[in-house]
Amino acid sequence: MDSFSVLIGGKAGDGITEAGGMIGHVLNRLGYRLYQHVDSPSLIRGGHNVVIVRAHRRRVGAHRDHVNVLIALNRQTIEKHAWRLKDEPVVIYDSEAFDATSLPPVAHHLRTGIPIKTILAEEEAPPVLRNTAILGAFCKALSIPWSVLEDVVVTYQHKMPELNLKVARRGYDLASEKLLIHLPGSEPLPILNGLQAVGLGLVAGGLKAYAGYPMTPSSGLLHFLAEQAPRFELKVYQPEGEIAVMLMALGHAYAGERVAVGTSGGGFSLMVEGLGLAGQAELPIVAVLGQRTGPSTGLPTYTAQSDLEFAISAGQGEFPRAVIAPGDVEQAYAWSRLALDLAWRYQLPVILLGDRTLNDDAQSFFTEAVPELPRLAQLDWDGAAMDPEPDLAYKRYALTKDGVSPLAFPGRAGAIVKVNSYTHDEWGITTEDPGMTVQMQDKWLRKGRSMADELDTLPLVNVYGDAGATRTVVTWGSPTGALREIGELAGVRIVQPVVLWPFPVRQLREALAGSDRVAVAEVNATGQLASLMERYGFRVDARLNRYDGRPWGVGELHRRVEEVLA
Amino acid sequence: MKVLDTYAPNTWCPGCGDFSVLNAIKPVFRGLMEEGVGREDIVLVSDIGCSGKIMDYVGVNSFGSLHGRAIPTAVGVKLARPSLNVIVHIGDGGAYAEGLEHLIFAARRNVDITVIVHDNGVYGLTVGQAGPMTPPGFKGRSTPYGSETAPFNPLELLYVAGATWLGRGYTHGIEQLKRLYREAVLHRGFSLVDTLQVCVTFRNMYQSYNGRVYEVEGHDPTDEHQALAKIREWDYLSDGPVALGTLAVRDRPVFCEHFADYGRQPVDVEAGVREVFAGLT
Repeated sequence: MDSFSVLIGGKAGDGITEAGGMIGHVLNRLGYRLYQHVDSPSLIRGGHNVVIVRAHRRRVGAHRDHVNVLIALNRQTIEKHAWRLKDEPVVIYDSEAFDATSLPPVAHHLRTGIPIKTILAEEEAPPVLRNTAILGAFCKALSIPWSVLEDVVVTYQHKMPELNLKVARRGYDLASEKLLIHLPGSEPLPILNGLQAVGLGLVAGGLKAYAGYPMTPSSGLLHFLAEQAPRFELKVYQPEGEIAVMLMALGHAYAGERVAVGTSGGGFSLMVEGLGLAGQAELPIVAVLGQRTGPSTGLPTYTAQSDLEFAISAGQGEFPRAVIAPGDVEQAYAWSRLALDLAWRYQLPVILLGDRTLNDDAQSFFTEAVPELPRLAQLDWDGAAMDPEPDLAYKRYALTKDGVSPLAFPGRAGAIVKVNSYTHDEWGITTEDPGMTVQMQDKWLRKGRSMADELDTLPLVNVYGDAGATRTVVTWGSPTGALREIGELAGVRIVQPVVLWPFPVRQLREALAGSDRVAVAEVNATGQLASLMERYGFRVDARLNRYDGRPWGVGELHRRVEEVLA
Repeated sequence: MKVLDTYAPNTWCPGCGDFSVLNAIKPVFRGLMEEGVGREDIVLVSDIGCSGKIMDYVGVNSFGSLHGRAIPTAVGVKLARPSLNVIVHIGDGGAYAEGLEHLIFAARRNVDITVIVHDNGVYGLTVGQAGPMTPPGFKGRSTPYGSETAPFNPLELLYVAGATWLGRGYTHGIEQLKRLYREAVLHRGFSLVDTLQVCVTFRNMYQSYNGRVYEVEGHDPTDEHQALAKIREWDYLSDGPVALGTLAVRDRPVFCEHFADYGRQPVDVEAGVREVFAGLT
């Protein structure tokens, strides 16, 4: 086998996500390219958690619904996922957790039951090591050399490495070889989820501070940056709520520190007041908005792409912003760096739109797939007096041709830096003058146009699959990975705008040239990108939507694409 | 001294207590500057309402924030640049109603900022509604038949929350205000001056306050029992005596003080990113 999928399932609290990660590390060592899909309910104990690890010789960007290997730590895994088994599947299970009569009709010789309780008791190992035992069995069943597993355990099991090795060896020895997989032998690649890619991109963009309040599916960014804080001297902290998160971040921005915040729709709703302040006071801020099924609490741990219109229009008044939706980890890395640069170049809010799928699913990171984006320089005040009166030498909101005023920060001698949520003059002093009101609004409009013009020099819209095909699927964000593959399988053109605001009209028109049937695929009920396209005069022939909280697997989406484009 | 003025026309009502606050804080800033603090190292963060207008009237760095949000804004500024002196001007509506959660948390964390509350017990700029410090029975536009809720004691709440410097001033005593503001600004940690600031238009309390305020003497603000007793003496409702002065002082660790050490050594970001990628492989 040179490409296959492994599903591991168990109770929440069994450490399924970590076990999926370990399987990924083993396969990465063998040279496979990976996509790891995580499915877990919003529970700490007792729910059903699943990870599907898809291994391929080539880069893949989504899971498949069918699996070749099923690893069950409980009966529920069998009950819920037996339908996914295909060809000659291998089933590895905890033979002491449930009896074999509940197994799916899988040939006897392809089953491997492991008496995990007995192993743990004999090795005097705690219950968390169940995964290690079954990981050992998994490696043997796939004929993976012991040395590979040994290396992974030693590298990643920092707690009790020796005991882990012993337990893994027991599982390994008790299982028998069921499948012979290829050993692609390629160099291992980094495995990142979307939030790690965003975090690294922000850090590469000069991030100095990150404030976050826990909210799925963006807490991972808070965790990752908190962990990395000492290495990069990041100021990472958790304020009393999302309102404070946003306002504290704007305090950092005012003081000259590159800063980002992260949340999901509910928290973002609370941040919107501060988002408008960023617009009015011209403060650079990057907000990472991880979408999940809404409205309200919705499905906290399940995915959606239903906040596009919200991100584009959140906040009272009219102020420029950018909304960027990466579709994979490589884009997430490059565009997060760009997002920070863009926010500081134009002194405005930039929203990085992700979702549960992109944020938490892990993928092999291909350096060669990282979009080539330039660094944008912020405009700092050169110190030349803007007014003969020394107290007025610096104008925070100097009216300029491109709408961008030079930056100075508190602590800089010779500059009095006044920012204001109120309508203000060039020095930041409050005004209600109608003329100045118009001049400031026009400044923002010019700034927005300047940004749109500069953005248009970057690759805002990607084309995958068969670029010359007349049948086209447009998508944004996380479905891009599945559609990249489907484009090649089905001979369909795939078009993915990465920047959704300002809407990349010119590049989208070019990308769609010659298409005679256009479907728009997105994980929401109303087709928000499709509506946006129509607003700009693009024809949409079919809307392909899903809104059950789950992402598309490649197979299912392929069928849907063929249906709507038939 | 002309320094620290701006060209902005002042729009407070004649006789407003906010003038006293303005005339007390400016000399404090000037004093700091005479002692070597750079003018550029002072940041005034203001809230919304009549109190918020102060940012336009003082020629120092300022951030005019949102209603109730001046405190988290100031926290961000301070954490970004610990060397700055960060002073918040906020009304009782912003501090004790809309932004109360932020106030409690800033006190709890002991962030090194100074909060000057313009506490007039009424919403002035929105023309006279009852606020968190308004006594029951107040007839304003939103409570034409009399308000129902009683004020709470903000200093008691903040003491419990962990504030390390608490004082009370009154806009009829400018020398005392100057002393209090200066002491609060110099305090290392979270400080708050509840300033009884009279709104002459919607709730003129001069007469009532004049007969009741007194300056604390022989009070040890570092003694927990004395501090709490003095704070509790007036419940913001009764007609009893109102203590003015430094009421509570204590010493606790300041939030994220290690941020001040950042930047001493250059950070090789590119190398760090490469290391993290390698660790994820």
